[in-house]
Amino acid sequence: MSSKLRRVIYNVARNPELSSGGSLVHAPIVPMAGENARVQEDIAGEHMLINIGPQHPATHGVLRLVLELDGETVVRCIPHIGYLHSSFEKLGEYRDWNQVVPLTDRMDYLAPLIYNCAYAMSVEKLMGVEVTERCKVVRLICMELDRIFSHLLWLGTTAIDLGAFTVFLYTFQQRELIYDLHESFTGARITTSSTRIGGMMADLPAGWIDQLVKWIEGFLPVLDEVDTLLTNNGIWIGRTQGVGSISAADAVNWGLSGPNLRASGVSYDVRKDRPYYDMDSYDFDVPIGEHGDIYDRYLCRMEEMRQSVRLLRQFIQRLPGGSINVDDPRVILPPKTAAMNDMESMIHHFKLVMEGVRAPVGESWFSVESSKGELGMYVVSDGGSKPVRWRVRGPSFINIAALPHMIEGALLSDVIAVNASLDIVLGEIDR
Amino acid sequence: MTQNDAFKKGLEGLDAGPRPSDAGDHGAPPQAGDLPPHPSVDALRERFGDAVLRHELVSGDEHIVYVLPDRSLEILQFLRDEPGHRYDFLQDLTAVDYGGGRMIQVVYQLWSIENKLNLRVKAELPLDGLEIQSVYYLWRAVDWLEREVYDMFGIVFDGHPDLRRILMPYNYAEGHPLRKDFPLRGRFSRAEQTRRALNLRTEDHYSPRELEIAHVLGQSVPDPFSPAETNSGQQQFGGMGGGG
Repeated sequence: MSSKLRRVIYNVARNPELSSGGSLVHAPIVPMAGENARVQEDIAGEHMLINIGPQHPATHGVLRLVLELDGETVVRCIPHIGYLHSSFEKLGEYRDWNQVVPLTDRMDYLAPLIYNCAYAMSVEKLMGVEVTERCKVVRLICMELDRIFSHLLWLGTTAIDLGAFTVFLYTFQQRELIYDLHESFTGARITTSSTRIGGMMADLPAGWIDQLVKWIEGFLPVLDEVDTLLTNNGIWIGRTQGVGSISAADAVNWGLSGPNLRASGVSYDVRKDRPYYDMDSYDFDVPIGEHGDIYDRYLCRMEEMRQSVRLLRQFIQRLPGGSINVDDPRVILPPKTAAMNDMESMIHHFKLVMEGVRAPVGESWFSVESSKGELGMYVVSDGGSKPVRWRVRGPSFINIAALPHMIEGALLSDVIAVNASLDIVLGEIDR
Repeated sequence: MTQNDAFKKGLEGLDAGPRPSDAGDHGAPPQAGDLPPHPSVDALRERFGDAVLRHELVSGDEHIVYVLPDRSLEILQFLRDEPGHRYDFLQDLTAVDYGGGRMIQVVYQLWSIENKLNLRVKAELPLDGLEIQSVYYLWRAVDWLEREVYDMFGIVFDGHPDLRRILMPYNYAEGHPLRKDFPLRGRFSRAEQTRRALNLRTEDHYSPRELEIAHVLGQSVPDPFSPAETNSGQQQFGGMGGGG
């Protein structure tokens, strides 16, 4: 069913002159002599409690960290979340199955289409609806496009957090072009709300695929330029190699997923392990790191963008024609002309709009590989037109919980780097 | 078949209500013998006998096993450690409240990276006994997940080292929001909610553990929402005394 992962080996030359063993951890602490020694003795062992956030540009939203510091070393880190809590899951219980879709893209506004698709896929699994071949490929295009979309934001903001401003301009220019693709497909740039149970809100507009192909052609050279800017950059390597590393066993135990888990050398990718929409019939590799540090997470994400482009090209090649929406009157509205012209279709339209789609008693769990990790959607139905429970297994929520484990013992400046490297989105953490 | 006929056919379906999914009739779960076997469920039955209450299959391929809450910890430990099963990756921990005074389900969604197996373990807790053993020492991933379930449903996880609210403020007094008996807009009036939000003290933004650290260090905690304090580094740890 799932093909064996092909391991991509990076030719990463650890910088031997930076430190012995090839990993740069901290600047050496030089013992002071003379008059300064007395001063140092005075402050030795005195800890300090500081507060970072919630309004702080390097916390990528409204994360708040309380740090106990010994000098510049982090002794303890206690994160606080919930400042963006909008109780999406509770709101979902008061909305029709289709009305939940707009809530999903507000969770991860950095990759909204992935959340739209994952939700629709979970409800379709619950209802036993099989979407059309065209819809499957369109959704896969949407999801891979938004993986790149989110990785680009990660790359730009992480680089800017570590002082590399140029990368930010390159990646955000590319993101702008993906926003345009979002806009011409869904009508919105961030809050796409593009999926419906049983299909999409609309079919791809004419010329959209050409626009996508043109974007791909322009994107790869930019990615290479960013690669040139960062991969062998001494400052970048110094700030990222050996920082915030987590072992494979710990990463699994802490429930990390996505590039954060794969950077530690664990080959777990939902697209390979539990392939959905015939993902196993496409040819792509899943990059795996070995050190589990920020640099490997960076390499994994860079390679994932290339693999996403590779997938996008295959999707475009295979995109079938036909209807985008499934021919299932339980979930899809009749065409406008039919609803206006014949009685049955009008009644059908009325019932679907007024009562909403109804799902059978039961529950389903569906997970996809989002840009940040495994995104699980768990829906429970009692047979009504609203979910009894809609639960999102947010990858960011679980990834960020491991932050204290990674930074306790590191330096204060590494806190910003590690936090950035985890690729979090607070809308989904605070839900 | 023309499109019109298709819609007519669909209309009959609409009147008959939702079509059941492939899982079959959920009212009477099929007996274990009828289900496609799941290796871990069989092993659990053999090992734990009556502690394994029932086995269900939903949405085509999702196996659910209901276990006795009192023995959930040892069952989950068995699932994590036993060779051949090794559910080393805890995908999710959550709870489901069906309302109407029914039992609240605690849901563990497990995945074995090594064996590529999925299993959902459920334990049902009565509303007057919302207490279950924590699996913090099996999977650290539940550190925040158990806190979230505690915050949202009020389920107490015995053995969790730092069980406190996570999404709602520490001084939140309206209850547990994802319970079905909790109204969508909260229990307090809008005016009362605003009054409470404005009257937060600096200490309310910190957990007891942090306040304890600050006390040991002889510091007052900085107010994260007061620009006056965050801008004046000199006074931040001086004598501001938590005046938020």
